[in-house]
Amino acid sequence: MPILTVVAAIMVIWYASSVGMNKKWTYDQAGRAGVEVSFTEMVADTWAQERPVLPAPHQVVAELYHSVFEKKISSKRSLVFHGWITLSATMLGFVFGTGLGILLAVGIVHNRAMDMGVMPWAIASQTVPILAIAPMIVVVMSTIGATDFLGKETATAMFGYQPAFMKGILPKAVIAAYLSFFPVVVGMVKGLRSPDQMQLDLLKTYNAGKQRTFWSLRLPSSTPYLFTSLKVGMAAALVGAIVSELSAVPLRGLGARMLTGSYYGQTIQIWSALFAAATLAATLVASISWIERRSLKKMGMSS
Amino acid sequence: MGFRYVSQEVVIQAKNLDLTFPTNDGDVHALKDVNLDIHKGDFVSFIGPSGCGKTTFLRTIAALETPTAGTVTVNGMTADEARKNRAYGYVFQAAGLYPWRTIRGNIKLPLEIMGYSKAEQEEHVTKVLDLVDLRGFGQKFPWQLSGGMQQRASIARALAFDADILLMDEPFGALDEIVRDHLNEQLLQLWDRTNKTIAFVTHSIPEAVYLSTKIVVMSPRPGRITDVIESTLPRERPLDIRDSQEFQDIAHRVREGLRAGHAYD
Repeated sequence: MPILTVVAAIMVIWYASSVGMNKKWTYDQAGRAGVEVSFTEMVADTWAQERPVLPAPHQVVAELYHSVFEKKISSKRSLVFHGWITLSATMLGFVFGTGLGILLAVGIVHNRAMDMGVMPWAIASQTVPILAIAPMIVVVMSTIGATDFLGKETATAMFGYQPAFMKGILPKAVIAAYLSFFPVVVGMVKGLRSPDQMQLDLLKTYNAGKQRTFWSLRLPSSTPYLFTSLKVGMAAALVGAIVSELSAVPLRGLGARMLTGSYYGQTIQIWSALFAAATLAATLVASISWIERRSLKKMGMSS
Repeated sequence: MGFRYVSQEVVIQAKNLDLTFPTNDGDVHALKDVNLDIHKGDFVSFIGPSGCGKTTFLRTIAALETPTAGTVTVNGMTADEARKNRAYGYVFQAAGLYPWRTIRGNIKLPLEIMGYSKAEQEEHVTKVLDLVDLRGFGQKFPWQLSGGMQQRASIARALAFDADILLMDEPFGALDEIVRDHLNEQLLQLWDRTNKTIAFVTHSIPEAVYLSTKIVVMSPRPGRITDVIESTLPRERPLDIRDSQEFQDIAHRVREGLRAGHAYD
Protein backbone atom coordinates (compact mmCIF):
# COMPACT_ATOMS: atom_id res chain seq x y z
CA MET A 1 0.00 0.00 0.00
CA PRO A 2 2.70 2.60 0.83
CA ILE A 3 4.46 1.50 -2.36
CA LEU A 4 1.32 2.07 -4.42
CA THR A 5 0.91 5.52 -2.89
CA VAL A 6 4.45 6.44 -3.85
CA VAL A 7 3.97 5.09 -7.38
CA ALA A 8 0.71 7.02 -7.75
CA ALA A 9 2.40 10.20 -6.55
CA ILE A 10 5.24 9.74 -9.04
CA MET A 11 2.69 9.22 -11.84
CA VAL A 12 0.85 12.43 -10.99
CA ILE A 13 4.07 14.44 -10.88
CA TRP A 14 5.30 12.84 -14.08
CA TYR A 15 2.11 13.54 -16.05
CA ALA A 16 2.00 17.08 -14.73
CA SER A 17 5.66 17.67 -15.63
CA SER A 18 5.19 16.37 -19.14
CA VAL A 19 2.34 18.85 -19.62
CA GLY A 20 4.55 21.63 -18.29
CA MET A 21 7.56 20.71 -20.39
CA ASN A 22 5.79 19.88 -23.63
CA LYS A 23 3.18 22.63 -23.83
CA LYS A 24 5.56 25.16 -25.34
CA TRP A 25 5.88 23.01 -28.46
CA THR A 26 2.10 22.52 -28.62
CA TYR A 27 1.45 26.29 -28.43
CA ASP A 28 4.22 27.00 -30.97
CA GLN A 29 2.72 24.53 -33.43
CA ALA A 30 -0.78 25.90 -32.89
CA GLY A 31 0.51 29.45 -33.22
CA ARG A 32 2.18 28.63 -36.51
CA ALA A 33 -0.96 26.95 -37.82
CA GLY A 34 -3.02 29.90 -36.59
CA VAL A 35 -5.41 27.88 -34.43
CA GLU A 36 -6.51 28.33 -30.87
CA VAL A 37 -6.12 25.30 -28.57
CA SER A 38 -8.24 24.78 -25.52
CA PHE A 39 -6.70 23.58 -22.27
CA THR A 40 -7.90 19.99 -22.72
CA GLU A 41 -6.64 19.88 -26.29
CA MET A 42 -3.30 21.18 -25.13
CA VAL A 43 -3.04 18.55 -22.37
CA ALA A 44 -4.04 15.74 -24.76
CA ASP A 45 -1.39 16.93 -27.22
CA THR A 46 1.42 17.11 -24.64
CA TRP A 47 0.81 13.45 -23.80
CA ALA A 48 0.86 12.28 -27.40
CA GLN A 49 3.72 14.14 -29.10
CA GLU A 50 6.14 12.19 -31.25
CA ARG A 51 9.24 13.85 -29.82
CA PRO A 52 8.24 15.28 -26.47
CA VAL A 53 10.72 16.88 -24.11
CA LEU A 54 9.40 14.56 -21.43
CA PRO A 55 7.34 11.62 -22.73
CA ALA A 56 4.30 10.61 -20.70
CA PRO A 57 4.47 7.27 -18.85
CA HIS A 58 1.99 5.54 -21.15
CA GLN A 59 4.13 6.49 -24.17
CA VAL A 60 7.17 4.89 -22.58
CA VAL A 61 5.18 1.78 -21.67
CA ALA A 62 3.81 1.52 -25.19
CA GLU A 63 7.30 1.89 -26.69
CA LEU A 64 8.67 -0.69 -24.25
CA TYR A 65 5.92 -3.12 -25.15
CA HIS A 66 6.40 -2.47 -28.81
CA SER A 67 10.18 -2.93 -28.80
CA VAL A 68 10.24 -5.86 -26.43
CA PHE A 69 7.33 -8.00 -27.56
CA GLU A 70 6.45 -6.93 -31.08
CA LYS A 71 9.89 -7.11 -32.65
CA LYS A 72 11.80 -10.23 -33.57
CA ILE A 73 14.49 -10.58 -30.92
CA SER A 74 17.20 -10.65 -33.58
CA SER A 75 16.00 -7.30 -34.95
CA LYS A 76 18.15 -4.21 -34.37
CA ARG A 77 15.00 -2.47 -33.19
CA SER A 78 14.28 -5.01 -30.50
CA LEU A 79 15.10 -4.00 -26.94
CA VAL A 80 15.56 -7.68 -26.12
CA PHE A 81 18.40 -7.76 -28.65
CA HIS A 82 20.04 -4.65 -27.24
CA GLY A 83 19.41 -5.76 -23.67
CA TRP A 84 21.14 -9.06 -24.39
CA ILE A 85 24.17 -7.28 -25.87
CA THR A 86 24.45 -5.17 -22.72
CA LEU A 87 23.76 -8.10 -20.41
CA SER A 88 26.47 -10.27 -21.97
CA ALA A 89 29.08 -7.51 -21.67
CA THR A 90 27.93 -6.82 -18.09
CA MET A 91 28.17 -10.46 -17.08
CA LEU A 92 31.58 -11.00 -18.64
CA GLY A 93 32.90 -7.82 -17.01
CA PHE A 94 31.28 -8.76 -13.70
CA VAL A 95 33.01 -12.15 -13.72
CA PHE A 96 36.38 -10.56 -14.59
CA GLY A 97 35.92 -7.81 -12.02
CA THR A 98 34.78 -10.12 -9.23
CA GLY A 99 37.67 -12.51 -9.89
CA LEU A 100 40.18 -9.67 -9.92
CA GLY A 101 38.62 -8.13 -6.82
CA ILE A 102 38.80 -11.38 -4.85
CA LEU A 103 42.41 -12.01 -5.90
CA LEU A 104 43.44 -8.50 -4.90
CA ALA A 105 41.66 -8.84 -1.56
CA VAL A 106 43.41 -12.15 -0.84
CA GLY A 107 46.73 -10.48 -1.66
CA ILE A 108 45.97 -7.45 0.50
CA VAL A 109 45.03 -9.58 3.49
CA HIS A 110 48.08 -11.84 3.26
CA ASN A 111 50.80 -9.52 2.07
CA ARG A 112 51.81 -6.39 3.88
CA ALA A 113 53.35 -4.78 0.82
CA MET A 114 50.10 -5.27 -1.10
CA ASP A 115 48.14 -4.00 1.87
CA MET A 116 50.06 -0.73 1.75
CA GLY A 117 50.43 -0.56 -2.03
CA VAL A 118 47.25 -1.70 -3.71
CA MET A 119 44.47 0.12 -1.88
CA PRO A 120 45.53 3.68 -2.79
CA TRP A 121 45.69 2.71 -6.46
CA ALA A 122 42.34 0.97 -6.31
CA ILE A 123 40.80 4.09 -4.80
CA ALA A 124 42.56 6.33 -7.33
CA SER A 125 41.24 4.16 -10.17
CA GLN A 126 37.69 4.92 -9.08
CA THR A 127 38.20 8.67 -9.04
CA VAL A 128 38.93 8.74 -12.78
CA PRO A 129 35.70 9.62 -14.59
CA ILE A 130 34.62 6.49 -16.42
CA LEU A 131 33.14 8.60 -19.20
CA ALA A 132 36.64 9.90 -19.96
CA ILE A 133 38.48 6.64 -19.79
CA ALA A 134 35.94 4.43 -21.58
CA PRO A 135 36.57 5.78 -25.13
CA MET A 136 40.33 5.41 -24.59
CA ILE A 137 39.98 1.77 -23.60
CA VAL A 138 37.75 1.18 -26.64
CA VAL A 139 40.25 2.83 -28.97
CA VAL A 140 43.30 1.09 -27.52
CA MET A 141 41.68 -2.33 -27.57
CA SER A 142 40.39 -1.83 -31.11
CA THR A 143 43.88 -0.85 -32.24
CA ILE A 144 45.40 -4.03 -30.89
CA GLY A 145 42.45 -6.00 -32.26
CA ALA A 146 41.19 -7.27 -28.92
CA THR A 147 37.49 -6.59 -29.26
CA ASP A 148 35.71 -9.90 -29.87
CA PHE A 149 35.14 -12.64 -27.33
CA LEU A 150 36.32 -15.33 -29.72
CA GLY A 151 37.87 -14.29 -33.01
CA LYS A 152 35.49 -14.29 -35.97
CA GLU A 153 37.20 -17.41 -37.36
CA THR A 154 37.15 -19.31 -34.07
CA ALA A 155 33.53 -18.45 -33.40
CA THR A 156 32.51 -19.44 -36.95
CA ALA A 157 34.40 -22.70 -36.63
CA MET A 158 32.63 -23.46 -33.36
CA PHE A 159 29.08 -22.27 -33.99
CA GLY A 160 28.93 -21.87 -37.77
CA TYR A 161 28.49 -18.09 -37.31
CA GLN A 162 29.68 -15.35 -34.98
CA PRO A 163 27.05 -14.74 -32.30
CA ALA A 164 26.14 -11.04 -32.21
CA PHE A 165 27.02 -10.51 -28.56
CA MET A 166 30.62 -11.65 -29.04
CA LYS A 167 31.43 -8.87 -31.42
CA GLY A 168 32.99 -5.89 -29.67
CA ILE A 169 32.29 -7.30 -26.22
CA LEU A 170 35.82 -7.17 -24.76
CA PRO A 171 36.33 -3.40 -24.33
CA LYS A 172 32.87 -3.16 -22.78
CA ALA A 173 33.61 -6.05 -20.42
CA VAL A 174 36.92 -4.46 -19.43
CA ILE A 175 35.19 -1.21 -18.55
CA ALA A 176 32.47 -3.10 -16.66
CA ALA A 177 35.18 -5.00 -14.77
CA TYR A 178 37.01 -1.74 -14.06
CA LEU A 179 33.97 -0.47 -12.20
CA SER A 180 32.91 -3.70 -10.53
CA PHE A 181 36.20 -4.89 -9.03
CA PHE A 182 36.36 -2.06 -6.52
CA PRO A 183 33.38 -2.88 -4.29
CA VAL A 184 34.51 -6.52 -4.31
CA VAL A 185 38.02 -5.59 -3.13
CA VAL A 186 36.71 -3.39 -0.33
CA GLY A 187 34.07 -5.90 0.79
CA MET A 188 36.32 -8.94 0.60
CA VAL A 189 39.20 -7.32 2.50
CA LYS A 190 36.73 -6.57 5.26
CA GLY A 191 35.23 -10.05 5.01
CA LEU A 192 38.53 -11.92 5.03
CA ARG A 193 39.54 -9.93 8.09
CA SER A 194 36.23 -10.51 9.87
CA PRO A 195 37.21 -13.57 11.97
CA ASP A 196 37.97 -12.38 15.50
CA GLN A 197 41.21 -12.94 17.39
CA MET A 198 39.77 -15.88 19.28
CA GLN A 199 39.02 -17.74 16.06
CA LEU A 200 42.53 -17.07 14.78
CA ASP A 201 44.04 -18.15 18.12
CA LEU A 202 42.06 -21.37 17.99
CA LEU A 203 43.58 -22.27 14.63
CA LYS A 204 46.99 -21.28 15.96
CA THR A 205 46.62 -23.84 18.75
CA TYR A 206 46.12 -26.43 15.99
CA ASN A 207 49.29 -25.10 14.38
CA ALA A 208 47.29 -24.43 11.20
CA GLY A 209 49.05 -22.61 8.38
CA LYS A 210 47.94 -19.51 6.48
CA GLN A 211 46.46 -21.53 3.67
CA ARG A 212 44.46 -23.70 6.03
CA THR A 213 43.22 -20.63 7.90
CA PHE A 214 42.16 -19.09 4.61
CA TRP A 215 40.11 -22.03 3.36
CA SER A 216 38.67 -23.14 6.70
CA LEU A 217 37.97 -19.81 8.34
CA ARG A 218 38.59 -16.62 6.38
CA LEU A 219 36.84 -17.55 3.16
CA PRO A 220 33.63 -18.94 4.72
CA SER A 221 33.50 -16.00 7.14
CA SER A 222 33.68 -13.55 4.25
CA THR A 223 30.60 -14.91 2.45
CA PRO A 224 28.10 -12.32 3.74
CA TYR A 225 30.50 -9.52 2.77
CA LEU A 226 31.05 -11.09 -0.65
CA PHE A 227 27.36 -11.07 -1.48
CA THR A 228 26.95 -7.45 -0.43
CA SER A 229 29.89 -6.53 -2.68
CA LEU A 230 28.54 -8.60 -5.54
CA LYS A 231 25.28 -6.65 -5.53
CA VAL A 232 27.08 -3.32 -5.68
CA GLY A 233 29.56 -4.71 -8.22
CA MET A 234 26.80 -6.01 -10.47
CA ALA A 235 25.08 -2.63 -10.63
CA ALA A 236 28.45 -0.96 -11.28
CA ALA A 237 29.24 -3.44 -14.07
CA LEU A 238 25.95 -2.61 -15.79
CA VAL A 239 26.68 1.10 -15.59
CA GLY A 240 30.14 0.42 -17.04
CA ALA A 241 28.74 -1.61 -19.92
CA ILE A 242 26.14 1.04 -20.78
CA VAL A 243 28.64 3.90 -20.62
CA SER A 244 31.09 1.98 -22.79
CA GLU A 245 28.36 1.40 -25.40
CA LEU A 246 28.26 5.14 -25.98
CA SER A 247 31.61 4.83 -27.74
CA ALA A 248 31.95 1.17 -28.68
CA VAL A 249 31.73 -0.26 -32.16
CA PRO A 250 29.37 -1.63 -33.41
CA LEU A 251 26.80 0.75 -31.99
CA ARG A 252 24.57 -1.66 -30.11
CA GLY A 253 23.21 -2.28 -26.63
CA LEU A 254 21.06 -0.25 -24.28
CA GLY A 255 23.68 2.49 -24.08
CA ALA A 256 23.70 2.76 -27.86
CA ARG A 257 19.89 3.00 -27.86
CA MET A 258 20.12 5.96 -25.51
CA LEU A 259 22.80 7.56 -27.67
CA THR A 260 20.96 7.15 -30.99
CA GLY A 261 17.79 8.28 -29.29
CA SER A 262 19.47 11.50 -28.29
CA TYR A 263 20.92 12.02 -31.81
CA TYR A 264 17.48 11.96 -33.35
CA GLY A 265 15.52 13.49 -30.51
CA GLN A 266 13.76 10.18 -29.88
CA THR A 267 13.07 10.86 -26.22
CA ILE A 268 10.60 8.01 -25.96
CA GLN A 269 13.32 5.63 -27.12
CA ILE A 270 15.77 7.00 -24.56
CA TRP A 271 13.30 6.60 -21.76
CA SER A 272 12.35 3.08 -22.73
CA ALA A 273 16.03 2.09 -22.91
CA LEU A 274 16.48 3.70 -19.52
CA PHE A 275 13.65 1.65 -18.08
CA ALA A 276 14.95 -1.52 -19.71
CA ALA A 277 18.35 -0.89 -18.08
CA ALA A 278 16.76 -0.26 -14.69
CA THR A 279 14.70 -3.44 -14.98
CA LEU A 280 17.80 -5.39 -15.96
CA ALA A 281 19.76 -4.03 -12.99
CA ALA A 282 16.94 -4.78 -10.59
CA THR A 283 16.62 -8.34 -11.91
CA LEU A 284 20.36 -8.99 -11.66
CA VAL A 285 20.64 -7.61 -8.14
CA ALA A 286 17.50 -9.47 -7.06
CA SER A 287 18.89 -12.77 -8.33
CA ILE A 288 22.10 -12.24 -6.35
CA SER A 289 19.96 -11.49 -3.30
CA TRP A 290 18.12 -14.72 -3.85
CA ILE A 291 21.33 -16.74 -4.04
CA GLU A 292 22.60 -14.83 -0.99
CA ARG A 293 19.56 -15.72 1.10
CA ARG A 294 19.79 -19.37 0.15
CA SER A 295 23.54 -19.71 0.72
CA LEU A 296 23.62 -17.85 4.01
CA LYS A 297 20.71 -19.86 5.28
CA LYS A 298 22.50 -23.04 4.31
CA MET A 299 25.68 -21.81 6.02
CA GLY A 300 23.77 -20.91 9.18
CA MET A 301 24.79 -17.26 8.82
CA SER A 302 21.48 -15.66 7.92
CA SER A 303 20.60 -12.88 10.27
CA MET B 1 66.45 -28.77 33.65
CA GLY B 2 63.08 -30.35 34.52
CA PHE B 3 62.73 -30.76 38.24
CA ARG B 4 61.10 -34.13 38.77
CA TYR B 5 59.01 -35.31 41.67
CA VAL B 6 59.59 -38.88 42.71
CA SER B 7 55.93 -39.70 42.55
CA GLN B 8 54.69 -37.33 39.91
CA GLU B 9 55.81 -36.10 36.55
CA VAL B 10 55.82 -32.33 35.94
CA VAL B 11 54.09 -31.58 32.63
CA ILE B 12 53.90 -27.79 32.77
CA GLN B 13 56.57 -25.72 34.42
CA ALA B 14 56.83 -21.93 34.62
CA LYS B 15 60.11 -20.44 35.85
CA ASN B 16 60.61 -16.77 36.72
CA LEU B 17 58.04 -15.79 34.15
CA ASP B 18 57.76 -12.11 33.30
CA LEU B 19 55.56 -10.49 30.70
CA THR B 20 55.01 -6.82 29.97
CA PHE B 21 52.73 -5.42 27.28
CA PRO B 22 53.76 -2.08 25.85
CA THR B 23 50.74 0.21 25.55
CA ASN B 24 50.22 3.89 24.84
CA ASP B 25 49.94 4.59 28.57
CA GLY B 26 53.25 2.89 29.29
CA ASP B 27 54.05 -0.74 29.97
CA VAL B 28 51.53 -3.04 31.60
CA HIS B 29 53.15 -5.60 33.84
CA ALA B 30 50.88 -8.57 33.13
CA LEU B 31 53.00 -11.26 34.82
CA LYS B 32 55.76 -10.84 37.37
CA ASP B 33 58.06 -13.58 38.56
CA VAL B 34 55.60 -16.42 38.14
CA ASN B 35 56.81 -19.87 39.17
CA LEU B 36 54.58 -22.94 39.02
CA ASP B 37 54.76 -26.69 38.51
CA ILE B 38 51.74 -28.57 37.19
CA HIS B 39 51.86 -32.33 37.54
CA LYS B 40 50.40 -34.96 35.33
CA GLY B 41 46.73 -35.50 36.07
CA ASP B 42 46.39 -32.26 38.05
CA PHE B 43 43.31 -30.08 37.80
CA VAL B 44 44.70 -26.60 38.37
CA SER B 45 42.57 -23.47 38.61
CA PHE B 46 43.87 -19.94 38.21
CA ILE B 47 41.68 -17.56 40.14
CA GLY B 48 41.89 -13.83 40.69
CA PRO B 49 40.24 -10.51 39.85
CA SER B 50 40.37 -9.25 36.28
CA GLY B 51 43.76 -7.92 35.31
CA CYS B 52 45.61 -10.41 37.50
CA GLY B 53 47.15 -12.10 34.49
CA LYS B 54 45.42 -15.48 34.83
CA THR B 55 44.33 -15.57 31.19
CA THR B 56 47.70 -14.19 30.08
CA PHE B 57 49.41 -16.96 32.04
CA LEU B 58 47.24 -19.59 30.34
CA ARG B 59 47.93 -18.03 26.95
CA THR B 60 51.65 -18.07 27.69
CA ILE B 61 51.47 -21.79 28.43
CA ALA B 62 49.68 -22.18 25.08
CA ALA B 63 52.38 -20.09 23.35
CA LEU B 64 49.73 -17.57 22.28
CA GLU B 65 51.78 -14.98 24.19
CA THR B 66 55.55 -14.79 24.39
CA PRO B 67 57.06 -14.06 27.82
CA THR B 68 59.44 -11.12 28.18
CA ALA B 69 61.63 -13.15 30.52
CA GLY B 70 61.67 -16.61 32.08
CA THR B 71 60.67 -19.94 30.59
CA VAL B 72 57.64 -22.14 30.20
CA THR B 73 58.12 -25.81 29.45
CA VAL B 74 55.29 -28.09 28.41
CA ASN B 75 56.01 -31.83 28.25
CA GLY B 76 59.70 -30.96 28.48
CA MET B 77 59.54 -28.76 25.38
CA THR B 78 59.33 -25.00 25.03
CA ALA B 79 55.73 -23.78 24.91
CA ASP B 80 55.98 -23.02 21.19
CA GLU B 81 57.37 -26.47 20.37
CA ALA B 82 54.57 -27.96 22.43
CA ARG B 83 52.03 -25.93 20.46
CA LYS B 84 53.51 -27.18 17.20
CA ASN B 85 53.36 -30.71 18.58
CA ARG B 86 49.70 -30.15 19.42
CA ALA B 87 50.35 -30.98 23.06
CA TYR B 88 47.20 -29.28 24.34
CA GLY B 89 43.58 -28.59 23.52
CA TYR B 90 42.38 -25.04 24.23
CA VAL B 91 38.85 -24.07 25.19
CA PHE B 92 37.93 -20.37 24.94
CA GLN B 93 35.27 -18.45 26.79
CA ALA B 94 33.04 -18.49 23.72
CA ALA B 95 32.37 -21.79 21.99
CA GLY B 96 33.41 -20.29 18.65
CA LEU B 97 31.88 -23.05 16.58
CA TYR B 98 31.70 -22.46 12.83
CA PRO B 99 28.06 -21.82 11.93
CA TRP B 100 28.58 -23.38 8.50
CA ARG B 101 29.70 -26.72 9.92
CA THR B 102 27.65 -29.29 11.78
CA ILE B 103 28.72 -30.26 15.29
CA ARG B 104 30.55 -33.27 13.84
CA GLY B 105 32.15 -31.03 11.24
CA ASN B 106 33.29 -28.60 13.90
CA ILE B 107 34.88 -31.32 16.00
CA LYS B 108 36.54 -32.70 12.88
CA LEU B 109 38.22 -29.36 12.16
CA PRO B 110 41.41 -29.97 14.20
CA LEU B 111 41.56 -33.55 12.94
CA GLU B 112 41.40 -32.37 9.32
CA ILE B 113 44.12 -29.84 9.96
CA MET B 114 46.30 -32.44 11.65
CA GLY B 115 45.90 -34.86 8.77
CA TYR B 116 43.95 -37.69 10.39
CA SER B 117 42.47 -40.20 7.94
CA LYS B 118 38.73 -40.10 7.26
CA ALA B 119 38.13 -43.26 9.26
CA GLU B 120 40.14 -41.98 12.22
CA GLN B 121 38.26 -38.70 12.11
CA GLU B 122 34.90 -40.44 12.35
CA GLU B 123 36.10 -42.67 15.14
CA HIS B 124 37.53 -39.80 17.21
CA VAL B 125 34.49 -37.61 16.73
CA THR B 126 32.13 -40.36 17.83
CA LYS B 127 34.28 -41.01 20.89
CA VAL B 128 34.45 -37.40 22.09
CA LEU B 129 30.76 -36.76 21.35
CA ASP B 130 30.12 -39.58 23.81
CA LEU B 131 32.51 -38.09 26.34
CA VAL B 132 30.70 -34.75 26.43
CA ASP B 133 27.30 -36.40 26.29
CA LEU B 134 26.29 -35.04 22.89
CA ARG B 135 25.52 -38.36 21.24
CA GLY B 136 22.91 -37.86 18.54
CA PHE B 137 23.64 -34.15 18.10
CA GLY B 138 26.46 -34.59 15.60
CA GLN B 139 24.39 -33.68 12.57
CA LYS B 140 22.90 -30.57 14.19
CA PHE B 141 24.17 -27.10 13.42
CA PRO B 142 25.50 -24.90 16.27
CA TRP B 143 22.49 -22.55 16.25
CA GLN B 144 20.24 -25.53 16.97
CA LEU B 145 22.02 -26.13 20.30
CA SER B 146 21.82 -24.30 23.62
CA GLY B 147 24.80 -22.29 24.90
CA GLY B 148 25.81 -25.04 27.31
CA MET B 149 25.67 -27.68 24.60
CA GLN B 150 27.73 -25.48 22.28
CA GLN B 151 30.38 -25.13 24.97
CA ARG B 152 30.39 -28.91 25.44
CA ALA B 153 30.89 -29.29 21.70
CA SER B 154 33.84 -26.92 21.90
CA ILE B 155 35.31 -29.04 24.71
CA ALA B 156 34.82 -32.10 22.51
CA ARG B 157 36.70 -30.27 19.76
CA ALA B 158 39.60 -29.65 22.14
CA LEU B 159 39.60 -33.31 23.20
CA ALA B 160 39.31 -34.73 19.70
CA PHE B 161 43.01 -35.05 18.95
CA ASP B 162 43.99 -36.78 22.19
CA ALA B 163 46.19 -34.07 23.67
CA ASP B 164 47.07 -34.89 27.29
CA ILE B 165 46.64 -31.29 28.40
CA LEU B 166 43.45 -29.28 28.37
CA LEU B 167 43.73 -25.48 28.78
CA MET B 168 40.40 -23.81 29.56
CA ASP B 169 39.92 -20.05 29.70
CA GLU B 170 36.72 -19.33 31.65
CA PRO B 171 34.85 -21.84 29.52
CA PHE B 172 31.61 -21.52 31.49
CA GLY B 173 31.89 -17.83 32.26
CA ALA B 174 29.09 -16.85 29.88
CA LEU B 175 26.64 -19.50 31.06
CA ASP B 176 24.01 -19.32 33.79
CA GLU B 177 24.62 -20.87 37.17
CA ILE B 178 22.43 -23.95 36.74
CA VAL B 179 24.01 -24.93 33.44
CA ARG B 180 27.37 -24.14 34.94
CA ASP B 181 26.90 -26.52 37.88
CA HIS B 182 25.91 -29.26 35.52
CA LEU B 183 28.89 -28.68 33.24
CA ASN B 184 31.28 -28.55 36.21
CA GLU B 185 30.05 -31.92 37.33
CA GLN B 186 30.44 -33.33 33.83
CA LEU B 187 33.89 -31.83 33.47
CA LEU B 188 35.04 -33.56 36.66
CA GLN B 189 33.73 -36.90 35.41
CA LEU B 190 35.47 -36.33 32.11
CA TRP B 191 38.72 -35.46 33.84
CA ASP B 192 38.41 -38.58 36.00
CA ARG B 193 37.81 -40.84 33.00
CA THR B 194 40.46 -39.41 30.69
CA ASN B 195 43.15 -38.58 33.24
CA LYS B 196 44.04 -35.37 31.42
CA THR B 197 45.97 -32.54 32.98
CA ILE B 198 43.67 -29.52 33.09
CA ALA B 199 44.53 -25.86 33.60
CA PHE B 200 41.39 -23.83 34.19
CA VAL B 201 40.91 -20.07 34.45
CA THR B 202 37.97 -18.82 36.47
CA HIS B 203 36.86 -15.94 38.65
CA SER B 204 34.38 -18.00 40.64
CA ILE B 205 35.62 -19.23 44.03
CA PRO B 206 33.13 -22.14 44.35
CA GLU B 207 33.96 -23.27 40.83
CA ALA B 208 37.69 -23.25 41.54
CA VAL B 209 37.33 -25.11 44.84
CA TYR B 210 34.87 -27.64 43.47
CA LEU B 211 36.96 -28.54 40.43
CA SER B 212 40.58 -28.29 41.43
CA THR B 213 43.28 -30.38 42.97
CA LYS B 214 45.39 -27.23 43.07
CA ILE B 215 44.18 -23.64 43.26
CA VAL B 216 46.48 -20.87 42.13
CA VAL B 217 45.43 -17.51 43.58
CA MET B 218 46.62 -14.51 41.61
CA SER B 219 46.45 -10.75 42.09
CA PRO B 220 46.88 -7.78 39.80
CA ARG B 221 49.32 -4.91 39.21
CA PRO B 222 51.63 -6.62 38.57
CA GLY B 223 50.01 -9.99 37.85
CA ARG B 224 51.52 -12.52 40.21
CA ILE B 225 50.81 -15.66 42.21
CA THR B 226 49.94 -14.94 45.84
CA ASP B 227 49.01 -18.42 47.02
CA VAL B 228 48.96 -22.01 45.82
CA ILE B 229 46.46 -24.21 47.63
CA GLU B 230 46.58 -27.99 47.40
CA SER B 231 43.03 -29.23 47.74
CA THR B 232 42.32 -31.89 50.33
CA LEU B 233 38.97 -32.81 48.79
CA PRO B 234 38.67 -36.37 47.45
CA ARG B 235 38.82 -37.01 43.70
CA GLU B 236 35.23 -38.16 43.74
CA ARG B 237 33.12 -35.01 44.24
CA PRO B 238 29.33 -34.96 44.23
CA LEU B 239 27.79 -31.47 43.91
CA ASP B 240 26.74 -31.38 47.57
CA ILE B 241 30.36 -31.58 48.67
CA ARG B 242 30.11 -27.80 48.42
CA ASP B 243 28.12 -27.77 51.66
CA SER B 244 30.87 -29.59 53.61
CA GLN B 245 33.09 -27.87 56.14
CA GLU B 246 36.22 -28.90 54.29
CA PHE B 247 34.97 -27.15 51.13
CA GLN B 248 34.14 -24.02 53.11
CA ASP B 249 37.61 -24.01 54.67
CA ILE B 250 39.34 -24.16 51.31
CA ALA B 251 37.04 -21.48 49.92
CA HIS B 252 37.87 -19.34 52.92
CA ARG B 253 41.58 -19.69 52.30
CA VAL B 254 41.09 -18.71 48.63
CA ARG B 255 39.14 -15.65 49.74
CA GLU B 256 41.90 -14.73 52.18
CA GLY B 257 44.45 -15.06 49.40
CA LEU B 258 42.44 -12.81 47.11
CA ARG B 259 42.03 -10.22 49.87
CA ALA B 260 45.75 -10.24 50.63
CA GLY B 261 46.43 -9.52 46.99
CA HIS B 262 44.12 -6.53 47.13
CA ALA B 263 45.69 -5.04 50.28
CA TYR B 264 48.18 -3.27 48.05
CA ASP B 265 45.72 -0.82 46.53
